[in-house]
Amino acid sequence: MRYLPHTDEEISEMLKVAGADSLEDLFTQIPKECCRRLRLALPEAKTEWELNAHMDRLAGRTASAAQWKNYMGAGSYEHYIPAVLSYLMGRGEFVTSYTPYQPEISQGTLQGIYEYQTLAARLLGLEVANASMYDGASALAEALLMACRITRKNRVLISRAIHPHFRQVAHTYFAPTEHETEEFPFLENGTTDIAGLSGKSDLAAVAIQSPNFFGCIENLKAFADKAHEMGALLITTFTEPLAYGLLKSPGSLGADIACGEGQSLGIPQSFGGPGLGMFATKMAYVRNMPGRLIGKTADPDGKRGFVLTLSTREQHIRREKATSNICTNNSLCALSAAMYMAVLGKTGLRALSQLNIDKSAYLRDRLSQKGFPQAFTAPNFNEFTVKAGPEFEKKRRSLMDKGIIAGVPLSTYYPELSGHYLFCVTETKTKEDLETLVSEMTS
Amino acid sequence: MKETIGTTGLILNEPLLWEKGCNGRIGYSLPRQDVPSQPLNAEWVCDGPDFPDLSEVDVVRHYTRLSQWNYGVDSGMYPLGSCTMKYNPKTNERQAALPGFTGAHPLLPEDLCQGTLELLYDLQQYLAEITGMDAVSLQPAAGAQGEFTGMLLIHAFHKSKGNPRSKILVPDTAHGTNPASAALCGYRSVAVKSGAEGVLTPETVAQLMDEETAGIMITNPNTLGLFERHVKEIAAIVHGKGGLVYCDGANMNALMGIVDMAAIGIDVLHLNLHKTFSTPHGGGGPGCGPVCVREHLEPFLPNPRISQKNGKFSLSEGFPESIGRLHAFFGNVGVMIKAFSYILSMGPDHLKKASQLAVLNANYVKEKLKDLFYLPHDVWCMHECVFSDKHQVAYHVTTLDMVKRLMDYGFHPPTIYFPLVVSGAIMIEPTETESKENLDAFIEAMRAIAKEAKENPGLLKSAPTRCKVKRLDEVAAARRPCLTG
Amino acid sequence: MKSIEELTFPEDRLYATDHEWARFENGGAKIGISDYAQDQLGDIVYVELPSAGKAFKKGEVFGTVESVKAVSELYMPIGGEVTAVNETLADSPERVNQSPYEDGWMIVVKPLDPTEKEGLMTLPAYLEMLKGLA
Repeated sequence: MRYLPHTDEEISEMLKVAGADSLEDLFTQIPKECCRRLRLALPEAKTEWELNAHMDRLAGRTASAAQWKNYMGAGSYEHYIPAVLSYLMGRGEFVTSYTPYQPEISQGTLQGIYEYQTLAARLLGLEVANASMYDGASALAEALLMACRITRKNRVLISRAIHPHFRQVAHTYFAPTEHETEEFPFLENGTTDIAGLSGKSDLAAVAIQSPNFFGCIENLKAFADKAHEMGALLITTFTEPLAYGLLKSPGSLGADIACGEGQSLGIPQSFGGPGLGMFATKMAYVRNMPGRLIGKTADPDGKRGFVLTLSTREQHIRREKATSNICTNNSLCALSAAMYMAVLGKTGLRALSQLNIDKSAYLRDRLSQKGFPQAFTAPNFNEFTVKAGPEFEKKRRSLMDKGIIAGVPLSTYYPELSGHYLFCVTETKTKEDLETLVSEMTS
Repeated sequence: MKETIGTTGLILNEPLLWEKGCNGRIGYSLPRQDVPSQPLNAEWVCDGPDFPDLSEVDVVRHYTRLSQWNYGVDSGMYPLGSCTMKYNPKTNERQAALPGFTGAHPLLPEDLCQGTLELLYDLQQYLAEITGMDAVSLQPAAGAQGEFTGMLLIHAFHKSKGNPRSKILVPDTAHGTNPASAALCGYRSVAVKSGAEGVLTPETVAQLMDEETAGIMITNPNTLGLFERHVKEIAAIVHGKGGLVYCDGANMNALMGIVDMAAIGIDVLHLNLHKTFSTPHGGGGPGCGPVCVREHLEPFLPNPRISQKNGKFSLSEGFPESIGRLHAFFGNVGVMIKAFSYILSMGPDHLKKASQLAVLNANYVKEKLKDLFYLPHDVWCMHECVFSDKHQVAYHVTTLDMVKRLMDYGFHPPTIYFPLVVSGAIMIEPTETESKENLDAFIEAMRAIAKEAKENPGLLKSAPTRCKVKRLDEVAAARRPCLTG
Repeated sequence: MKSIEELTFPEDRLYATDHEWARFENGGAKIGISDYAQDQLGDIVYVELPSAGKAFKKGEVFGTVESVKAVSELYMPIGGEVTAVNETLADSPERVNQSPYEDGWMIVVKPLDPTEKEGLMTLPAYLEMLKGLA
């Protein structure tokens, strides 16, 4: 077997050195009643070629971007990933390296992630970003816990316009603690109702997503001002970071912590994971922040180098008093994101963000003209919600037979929004694609 | 003079991204503007973030050079204890990169993702079979999240029985994520001292176990590389007071096809696909930390769950006692695909052989180094062995000095200063994918370093000298943190 | 790490079992950590101290001191209300290493119970304790 290099001869020699008669002998330290009686009931080993065929068959039975026109967003986005990224991300020195605890032989990862931290902080308009969390949902949960630690208060208010799965994950994290979560509503125009903050006391944080789950841009400044007035932190979250290629950053609008999903930044959708939990905050809060951090320093010869730092916040030192239990994060995805931001640059990112707005506005307006009005009037980025009515589900199913997935039905998440569908248009759809969709939907 | 593996390599200098580039450059092919451009409301927009503008050539050179400063499993051996840095098969990468998988949206209707659901369902079955447990959730995104999930399951179980309980037993050899995960769940960790032979004793556990204790978190084999041979009795003691047994499965590489985790009394365990199941470490992730449970914990598993009926696979959230979601979608599917490929490539016999050879390799290294390095437990180990710097203390040489010198010899250091119960610990896990000649080269390097420690300790104190940088000032990095450029 | 003979311990203060020292002057007690403690910790990178006005009982944790690889809790040698905090340690935590008894002082408290002083060790008793630890 190509991953097991030992020959029988070598095994014999090594057993002699180890003082054992056979491989089984080495396991006599394990009591008999702990051992398996039967051989593992797994499929027999496949050759590389059989495995390829098997995997091709499984992959072929999934509706993916190559053959389908998918207009779903809702936390996972189809964006072009340049060949440069796939090529560079295949380098074994990045893929097969360990966490950079020994910095002298990990400067590639360390500088790469330091660069990611910097670009992420600049994108979100805050002073420091960590080296990544698992995904946007767990990043939000950790941000809420961090706010409770900083303010020493127990209650957090979460907008109902935040991605439903993010809210569910926050509830899971909060369930065993003494802290409370409370949700507050959104308005008819698709944005969160700031009046929902009135009369609330003892708040550690207020959490808002922008662009929100419906695609609408929120007034983060108003929420920042109100939250701060109430002695709470403003936590902003996002699922589509490309929006910040153009929109004012959360930090510039008063966010204390900005966290969310970075999958759009050069990471394939892969049925929902791995993604990228982005997390940024102010330097004043850095010692309360979860996750790894990379800092700049020098060696005895004065050469610049990078190291993991402020590790005393983390589990391997602080153990039960750690800011989080996180150990392995999504480092390789953070590196991909940095590469993506590097190839786009300031110029490219702005142009790509504009293109996303343009493409989705085109579909939005064409659908409006053709009897599919917008549900919400607030401005949007690359997602928008359409009032399609109860009859549309049947039409949507028939469109799948034509290789088109027309949006995400919202009724499972918001019972009051049945007949509403969330559409996403990115740079991957041509005008022709959009016209085809419009014509199919109206036929 | 015999040449070592370690040399200076090809190391070119490369500045930070924003120290390069020129305004107006681009490295990306902008898609065609075939729709009208929208006017933007000045209230919402700005100039965009301050990113450097780089060409494609700039970016390729940048990251190619950076990669050359990195050691990887593809470069050489990583004998890191409890990390299982085994070879990462390239066929796994081919499978995870298939467009059918990478281009799949997680909210696809069921009949449009039967292939992916089948893969996930089968993987669950395989992991259940390998561990001997009854049900699996693939959702947790890493080992620590798997531990947190395990704690939540235990918490939910006790709550359903009417007494949530407040404490959990954590051995002194436990990985730091164990007490941290317990704390996230509101549990107070109670330390359990290991016995003189390096394993937990039933008497110690019996003294601490009571009806306020939710259970015990064990690692088996433990972080000293020893099988917790009293585990069945300990599980009985914990169960006797209504508690549950959590197993940190990070060290599963020693046990595949050999031990039945259910038979030894484990109620819930997590696995690290990026350790035992060969998925690459990626410089710090992504990983995947599935949890495997016995029947009585199945109702509490995270939502949604994958099931199968008449060959059709579906997702369901219809489990009212579920602890809920841990991840926005289903977890790190891209990582799961690689573990799935690995299991199919190895098959039942090679998985068992892998564990056997992992244990053989560790014992071989142990025997070849124990005359020069202090071995606290001179017995057959499992997949890893633990030495310390006790013999080198006399020369004022520490574990840190020795492993920094190991880098000059072309090896990544082993795990150091862990487990905490051994002062100056050096934890070595070769894994089964290292051949005898790699191990011999590692052993030779370690023996040379032991000699240097005695005769020329200055070499160790100034090490490493052959890497891109020498020993970095971690004190300055922590005193005056510079975390963004 | 140094041997006890190489470390300094002034006589003009009392010592606690967790290696804090207390110097009673002007109706208050100045508190810091001993030369042994800073030597054991290694290069100190951060000191977390409470704000003035906070009160702690004897034995309660009033802050933490961090090196690169470890964090240690700071315990009140006597109970009291914090009246002054050494703000210079925020930018220069190394003062605790360089001058644990003077520039590296941490807080000043107004003692709640003057009799708690009796529970602290004089220098000879502290040195005895240290010898026992070696």
